[in-house]
Amino acid sequence: MTVPVVREATPERKAEIFGKVVADVRFQDYVHGCYECGICVAACPSARFYDFSPRKITQAVCREDLDLFWEHVNVDVWNCSQCFSCDRCPRGNSPGGLITIMREVAVTAGLRSAKEALEGGERVVYKIMSTGTQVSPDMLQPEAFPDWGPDVQDVSRNLDLWRRALPPETLHTTTTAWEIDDKTLVELYLIWHMTGVLDMIKAVDEGLHMILNDVMEELLEDHDIVVS
Amino acid sequence: MSSPDPNRGGPSAPSTLTAGTIPLEVVHARSFTRNPDLAPIEDIREEVLKLEAEGEWIVQRVPDDHTEVTTKYGRTKKIPNRHTWHHKSCGQCGHIPGYSTAIFWLNRELGTEYNDPRDQTSCTAWNYYASATSNAPAQAAVAMRNFAAAYETGFYPVIHCGTSYGHYKEVREELVRHPDLRAQVRDILARMNKPLVMPEEMIHYSEWIHVMRHEIRKRTVLDLSNITCVVHPACHYYKLVAEDAIYDQEIYGGQRTAIMSQLLETLGAKVADYSTWFDCCGFGFRHVLVQRDFTRSFATLRKIERMKEEANPDVTITHDTGCVTTLDKSQFAAKAHGRNVGIPVMSEAQFAALAMGAHPYRVCQLHWHSTDYRPLLEKMGIDWEKAWAEFESDLDRLRSGKTEFLTWDDANAK
Repeated sequence: MTVPVVREATPERKAEIFGKVVADVRFQDYVHGCYECGICVAACPSARFYDFSPRKITQAVCREDLDLFWEHVNVDVWNCSQCFSCDRCPRGNSPGGLITIMREVAVTAGLRSAKEALEGGERVVYKIMSTGTQVSPDMLQPEAFPDWGPDVQDVSRNLDLWRRALPPETLHTTTTAWEIDDKTLVELYLIWHMTGVLDMIKAVDEGLHMILNDVMEELLEDHDIVVS
Repeated sequence: MSSPDPNRGGPSAPSTLTAGTIPLEVVHARSFTRNPDLAPIEDIREEVLKLEAEGEWIVQRVPDDHTEVTTKYGRTKKIPNRHTWHHKSCGQCGHIPGYSTAIFWLNRELGTEYNDPRDQTSCTAWNYYASATSNAPAQAAVAMRNFAAAYETGFYPVIHCGTSYGHYKEVREELVRHPDLRAQVRDILARMNKPLVMPEEMIHYSEWIHVMRHEIRKRTVLDLSNITCVVHPACHYYKLVAEDAIYDQEIYGGQRTAIMSQLLETLGAKVADYSTWFDCCGFGFRHVLVQRDFTRSFATLRKIERMKEEANPDVTITHDTGCVTTLDKSQFAAKAHGRNVGIPVMSEAQFAALAMGAHPYRVCQLHWHSTDYRPLLEKMGIDWEKAWAEFESDLDRLRSGKTEFLTWDDANAK
């Protein structure tokens, strides 16, 4: 990952972003103070490979240290593995959960660091939002996974045939992980619209938002669904 | 573990540990005694039932035909034996389809009734944990839409993916604690004419396999006594909302989840220990997509190499989508660099199916895996060359247009 440069921001901007994290409905479930015991760091896989500390992030939030928070919300949160090994906190904190919120706030606010962090992941976001399954068989292409060896090429070359050689009737698909009916997709699109997720996409990637909106509008119109 | 078991290493096993690892002797000497009255957290399921009594939602009950198990703090959990609605995993179905196929095959062989739905979406949590382009109401609405779809069929939801399972437990907590969130999700589901339904228990498929282990053992056709396995328990199964995971005093003194280990022992295989069992696989959600140097390094340096060095197993068994993918696929690059890797990786569903005589390609679809599994099959007594020739013959029939799809009957053809 290219580590984003932490942009200077006004104290008001930092306070605004911090306020959004604290106001999230999950915040009170995830943060209860910090003993600085470091159990979360000891359990953390990212801490072994990056200059990353779930303790420091939790501490910065508990102390309302806006300058340190700003650095974390722009850079460090994207190194978290989201494995929740840190959920061993004697205070009952979930540093991983706090980081989930911080990432979401960074995306919703359209922080440039969030845009940079999401670069390269657009097709996965498109796939999950438009088809209801996150990964599909046709994503297994050698150019996308050169480090996974020649077997990826075998899968790619034989994809249609090998999918038809699967006994479960729902798995004969190549562009989605399994067969999903249109009514279910309409319901999923309603969820994205009604919860503001499409607006989140717009904040970080207008092009992707436009494509998703077009795909969704077409199916929603076909089913006479109007979203306000 | 309360008493040393030579099958899992322990005090009598040769010590191959290197400096900086957790001494296994210490681990073996300790035991975790559970008492539900001393549980550090509330039983969320009681709150779920209270909310039903208040008219907030419907609680879908676990079918009468179920098995009771013990969870982390000594509470009892009901696992349905049959009549289950299968919440599939996008990573399993998309990239390691023998995983899902093996789960269905086991259900068919054990004669349970199951529903493989087309009105199920992914939990979308891979995206939630990777890109953060979602939020709490959206994630809760996705979960509750799927639960409503299960409820409409009368089948009980069983979740294939560890992340879906862990995330849905998070969602359950959020919905219990936050009435505004509940109201918002109820309104969204009303637009779809769906009721708000919360399952009585969250069930991961591996819990069903766990309670079926004796039935699986009865049907085992292979002698696995010379097979050494190591187990990687999935973080989102037992760390993310930890109290729902299955524990048993007989397995590592109740200090680790019993999932998979108890099955493998029941099947007669050896379960070997290694010091980094608690570490994640390195999947990382966003890392496996856009920062895979971390994933590869962690999976091989912290997991596979440690397993190899300390236990030298024939196979790594795990029970989640990302773990199978990461631990299997990461080994190619490490091998190219001459690292000490080369352990086949599969789910316990695939391993149990093989033990029951499932076809390695028609059912377990091992040709989608990367690390060489053929030496394992040979050691298990499976003629993989013959099996591959049979599968090639199936593919020829598909190519020629004589048949469009491989069927369940084909899968069990002799």
